[in-house]
Amino acid sequence: MSSTIQQPMSEPSIKVETRRQPMPPRERLETVFQVEDLDAIYGRKTAVKGVTMEIYKNLVTAIIGPSGCGKSTYIRCFNRMNDLIPGFRQTGSVRYHGQDIGGATIDPVAVRRNIGMVFQRPNPFPKSIYDNVAWGCRVLGMKDSLDERVERALTQAALWDEVKDRLKASGLSLSGGQQQRLCIARAIAVEPDVVLMDEPASALDPIATQAIEQLMHELKGEYTFVIVTHNMQQAARVADMTAFFSISRGGEGERYGELIEYDATEKIFTAPSDKRTEDYVTGRFG
Amino acid sequence: MSAHELTTPAMRLDRLPRRRAVNRTMEVLAWLSATIGVGILAFVVYSVARRGWSELSLSLITKPPIPFSFTNAPQGLANAFAGTLVIVGLATVMALPVGILIAIYLNEFAPPSIRTGVGLALDVLAGVPAIVIGIFVYGLLVVGGGGQSGIKAAFALSILMLPFVSRTTIEVLGLVPNSLREASLGLGIPQWRTTLSIVLPRAIGGILTGTVLAVARVAGETAPLLFTSSLVGPRTSWNPTHALQTVPLSIFELSESPNPKDHARAWAAAFVLLVFILVASLTARWLATRNARKIAGR
Repeated sequence: MSSTIQQPMSEPSIKVETRRQPMPPRERLETVFQVEDLDAIYGRKTAVKGVTMEIYKNLVTAIIGPSGCGKSTYIRCFNRMNDLIPGFRQTGSVRYHGQDIGGATIDPVAVRRNIGMVFQRPNPFPKSIYDNVAWGCRVLGMKDSLDERVERALTQAALWDEVKDRLKASGLSLSGGQQQRLCIARAIAVEPDVVLMDEPASALDPIATQAIEQLMHELKGEYTFVIVTHNMQQAARVADMTAFFSISRGGEGERYGELIEYDATEKIFTAPSDKRTEDYVTGRFG
Repeated sequence: MSAHELTTPAMRLDRLPRRRAVNRTMEVLAWLSATIGVGILAFVVYSVARRGWSELSLSLITKPPIPFSFTNAPQGLANAFAGTLVIVGLATVMALPVGILIAIYLNEFAPPSIRTGVGLALDVLAGVPAIVIGIFVYGLLVVGGGGQSGIKAAFALSILMLPFVSRTTIEVLGLVPNSLREASLGLGIPQWRTTLSIVLPRAIGGILTGTVLAVARVAGETAPLLFTSSLVGPRTSWNPTHALQTVPLSIFELSESPNPKDHARAWAAAFVLLVFILVASLTARWLATRNARKIAGR
């Protein structure tokens, strides 16, 4: 698998930008998440079935696939966000640096402390811009040099220049794209190890989207990003690794999401090994 | 069935005059109903004010009553207003924390089965007649428990307030978007802290509204007070360990007096109670809009 970063042999169906650094061979990458045979179940309905994959440190990993394939459910298994949904359970294992974080003995609060999340719709707190970023730090005991911490997070989220003169204004007074960058600043201010992004740009215009992609690209040296997106171009632009999920049908009309293919982004978009991946990335379905 | 068949009956033009007539009739009926609602309130306020006008003055609130007085010396219902203030205040202090905690537990922490069960219990409690609550507290605390007192009356009223406070709080907590809870939990903030610092501040306007309305509702409650705080003299007292006079009971007692001036005072007291409820509702509304504006960041 170490030779996946090669020039595409055929004409790429989607232009893959080349500003990305070549990815080191996989065996030299550090594993952050090791997912094994994961099933995610709501009540009696299986949403995602039998996922096995690894997510590597300091890379951007994209999860793509059609609507209803369980992408969001899957990414929410990484920080126990599904715990909030009554009737949800998961089987199999999600190991974070070797530790199974799916178990009942694991405190989900501790998991989320290390694994931050940015949601589909911007959800700033009804607080000032400053407090949106500072509140989490304060509650989590990171009170030293709070001002610098807030400035650094806002700078990293490419928002500082736009808000530095009105830090006391409400976070809700910002535009949608600014709000989403504020949410990113809020997530990275508490110094997580991983940042999960659940379709972070789906409600944003192209310029805001570009700003968010740019900052992911710049910050991946410090963080590990996992991004769910239904936008294939976005995955092609930002992701080092891409996982393609699709909807499979079992017996008795059962429908569930399944990992079809997981590989380097170039490989997924230019020379996928599975016919279903090829159909999806070439726009023949989904 | 084709699209043609689906749309044609509704589009038939020969039915148009009939549909217009039905529409007009319903509109008039709805307008009439709304007018009746407002009209009844206006009529109540008017008739109460007209009959109590002669006794409506500041001394109604500041001066105590003078029993068996047939002179023109100014007298009022200071004892009743003081008692109502103390009892309703204490009832709020008792009902508010419990009611809000019930709502927080049910909406933020409880599994769905418990939520349904306790929610049903609250609805039943809200439907229990006030006199039943009165006689319950009478049997539980007054008989063989040192007699009547303001605290016992407040306890009875707090039972009446509890389901109101809980129900409205559950409702406003339900209006707090889940995305806000997720935002906080996603940072690794514990759930209790999320509830306290993110969910509650967002809901506080609605909680206040519910509380004010519950206060307004029990301030005019009479039946439970008959059992728990009715054997009183004309002296103004603020001590809730004794039975206290209250506005609703004063109204009732004065209405049975042979003196027409007492009747006028009963009407005047009723008018003050009405105004209090009106002011309370307007305050609740004002608080709610102010809070909504603050949340929206304007």
